[in-house]
Amino acid sequence: MSMKATVRQVDSINVIDVSGRITLGEGCTQLRQLIRDLLGKGGKNILLNLADVTYIDSSGIGELVSAFTAVSNQGGQLKLLNLTKKVHDLLQITKLYTVFDVHDDEAKAITAFEKPAGA
Amino acid sequence: MTKDNSVVEVTLESNLKNVEVADEVSRRVASKAGFDEDTCEQIEMAIHESVINAIWHGNKNDESKQVRLRFRILPDRLEVRIRDQGEGFDLDAVADPLEEENLLRVSGRGIFLMRSFMDEFRVEKLREGGAEVTMTKKIHTNRKPNQGGTEREHEGDSTPS
Repeated sequence: MSMKATVRQVDSINVIDVSGRITLGEGCTQLRQLIRDLLGKGGKNILLNLADVTYIDSSGIGELVSAFTAVSNQGGQLKLLNLTKKVHDLLQITKLYTVFDVHDDEAKAITAFEKPAGA
Repeated sequence: MTKDNSVVEVTLESNLKNVEVADEVSRRVASKAGFDEDTCEQIEMAIHESVINAIWHGNKNDESKQVRLRFRILPDRLEVRIRDQGEGFDLDAVADPLEEENLLRVSGRGIFLMRSFMDEFRVEKLREGGAEVTMTKKIHTNRKPNQGGTEREHEGDSTPS
């Protein structure tokens, strides 16, 4: 199963529901392009919902890091939602669990995004 | 499959589309060897990473070059050999992805995952050309991922992730 990703807006946050495999090749390229497109349109706050990710490899982990860096460099925030056990364990052993802001409740994740001053 | 039913051999063209074939075979062999589901997934991922390195870094995506996998189920362990037709690589040149300054690097976690998920990991540059990764996993143990092995054998110049 290849990767699928759909974007929805909750408040001003872009929630990306990802499913399938985030692996070297199509899956990674697709996710990278989607994040670039959102950043290009000014969508700097992104919540990646990984609930239906069935497989992620080292390239997929690298793609999450790349997305995190790209969003941070634009002054935005990228958070992760609903990690499967597999993804959770991989982030733990690669010491990336503490780098990402990880949530298991969408509403709480949305409120965790910092509001712009004056908003 | 060879005549010896404890040995499975697969030869793949160097095309990333074939990685899923390697994944499927790995999962089946690991299951046949009697590993539980979590361990099967770890073995599959270790082999997945090695096959990607063989295709991408070893054979440089040259479809005329092959990646050979050889699985051997022994009484106490599963042994997997992944052979490419590349130049080999220097394990010492692979940066530690857990170091603070490397945490946000996009690549460089493949070998770490292989070492974490398997009990033994080594790389040899072959006299006839190419490189061979050998990984083993002990059967009937409940060890947690070991956060990286210590055995290092290497030569060559291309640096995989």
